[in-house]
Amino acid sequence: MSIPNNLKYTKSHEWARQEADGTVTVGITHHAQELLGDMVYVENPAVGRQLKAGEECAVVESVKAASDVYAPLAGEVVAANAEVADAPEQINQDAYAAWMFKIKPANPADLAGLLDATAYQALVESEAH
Amino acid sequence: MLIFELSRPGRKNPSQAPASQPEADDIPAHLRRAGKPLLPEVSEMDAVRHYTRLSQKNFSIDTHFYPLGSCTMKYNPRGAHQMAMLPQFLARHPLAPETTGQGVLACLFELQEMLKDVTGMAGVSLTPMAGAQGEFAGVAMIRAYHAARDDTARTEMLVPDAAHGTNPASAVMCGYTIKEIPTDRDGNVDLAALRAAVGPQTAGLMLTNPSTLGVFEQNIQEMQKIVHEAGGLLYYDGANLNAILGRVKPGDMGFDVIHVNLHKTFSTPHGGGGPGSGPVGVSERLLPFLPVPIVAHDNGRYRLVTEKDLPQSIGHLSAFQGNTGILLRAYAYARMLGGEGMRRVADYATLNANYLMAELKKAGFDIAFPQRRASHEFIVTLKSLKEQTGVSAMDVAKRLLDKGFHAPTTYFPMLVPECLLIEPTETESKQTLDAFVAALKEVLDEAHANPELVKTAPHTMPVRRLDDVKAARELDLTWKAPAA
Repeated sequence: MSIPNNLKYTKSHEWARQEADGTVTVGITHHAQELLGDMVYVENPAVGRQLKAGEECAVVESVKAASDVYAPLAGEVVAANAEVADAPEQINQDAYAAWMFKIKPANPADLAGLLDATAYQALVESEAH
Repeated sequence: MLIFELSRPGRKNPSQAPASQPEADDIPAHLRRAGKPLLPEVSEMDAVRHYTRLSQKNFSIDTHFYPLGSCTMKYNPRGAHQMAMLPQFLARHPLAPETTGQGVLACLFELQEMLKDVTGMAGVSLTPMAGAQGEFAGVAMIRAYHAARDDTARTEMLVPDAAHGTNPASAVMCGYTIKEIPTDRDGNVDLAALRAAVGPQTAGLMLTNPSTLGVFEQNIQEMQKIVHEAGGLLYYDGANLNAILGRVKPGDMGFDVIHVNLHKTFSTPHGGGGPGSGPVGVSERLLPFLPVPIVAHDNGRYRLVTEKDLPQSIGHLSAFQGNTGILLRAYAYARMLGGEGMRRVADYATLNANYLMAELKKAGFDIAFPQRRASHEFIVTLKSLKEQTGVSAMDVAKRLLDKGFHAPTTYFPMLVPECLLIEPTETESKQTLDAFVAALKEVLDEAHANPELVKTAPHTMPVRRLDDVKAARELDLTWKAPAA
């Protein structure tokens, strides 16, 4: 199972990465794409949108299901990955390279409150029963 | 092959064409088309053969066992079609006066009364045109109820994670935000999570009972207490009403509003075969909000109740009175069954599901909730088969087509990995169920002996495995004429 140590995670299967410029990059995890299967559609939030932590802000759709993507932390959307919207299969190929959007966090310290790789691993295992 | 591809210039079907064409010069010139429409030019026999061939390629309830879980694909009795197609029904115009339509209104009124009786509700409106519209109407009434009491802080709808996707969708369409409630290990709604979730923001809970996991909510009484004490209302999604028809009334379980899928429980045509119909029923306190028109019977006459009589109604959902042709089929079906027949529906739907579950368990399949009795449907999980052989639930579903069976529902509910949701319905015989078990057992053996055979199925269908990923990514729904 692929859960990189340098990322933070949410219970709803998003990953978040701290960037040098202070923004946070967001995508869905390898485990999430595995559950959903072949991706066919991605809808990203508009740049400039203010997000609350936990707010539904994007949609990923596979041949099996459509699923909401939630904001891991509060802030403003400063970039959205148009490439992944054009080619959603990039998420299946490498979920951690195929980022969806970047947030400028309202409170950068919020990132520390997310799950680390160990905690996310435990969550995935507990969900598998 | 599309009928357009059979077209040859000048080939005509003159025996059925009108001898002369009307001038249509009363239509303004700018609204008339300049050129002729592109229509296929085929002979009458070409057209008959084309559509007959297409119908032969169909998997349908009239040709095959169709155990599509959560869809209740039961036999649609021909007698109900026949009654609904009486020329007097077919010729009735929806705008014709009530005085000339007492017969059809009487049928609709009696259907309302029967649905009230079998669901335990105080009032029923037949107008919603499908299950999803019934859901929308139900949630809109919950919203109207809270609004009428100035209780506008209720902005949240609770939906269990096992629910059909239409439940959260309907609630969002009505302006609610969704809070998802998890399921416990026995397949019941997690009571502690429900207790923690309710509050002054709770508008209601949308529940399917029996749930999509194929089990009856064992704590339904406690659940209704929790939601009602928080000031919320209880919505019953009638998708699985077949399991309890005539035996348990949603009204007795404390539900305030229900929608019924006539195309499931009342055996009207389903899916591509016919329009849906999703009547709504309500408890006493939601009566003022029912969608109109409703049929009333007073002073010995039937009449339509409109907004004039029901000013707080959520309004009209369609141009007229719902899908009347479907409502008449449901009425004929209900009259053919009677109260005793409806109880037998629930009994045999449940017996068939439990028999099938027991036989499949014997045949080596893993049941998702083996500790629970099935309602009218149950879940098989192929997780271990996938791990051992690489054969997935989708592969097994496709291979079943080769064996002459429609596949069960796959990958729903998503809570159970590699799942098949199987609903035999009451209209299948023991022989059919046994043949289905034998076919699934064959597929299981093939998956171990020759996984490739199953992974590349179907082998005998008019089309092989479709590329559903490509179809979804490069959606193309229009036939384009080749350049002349």
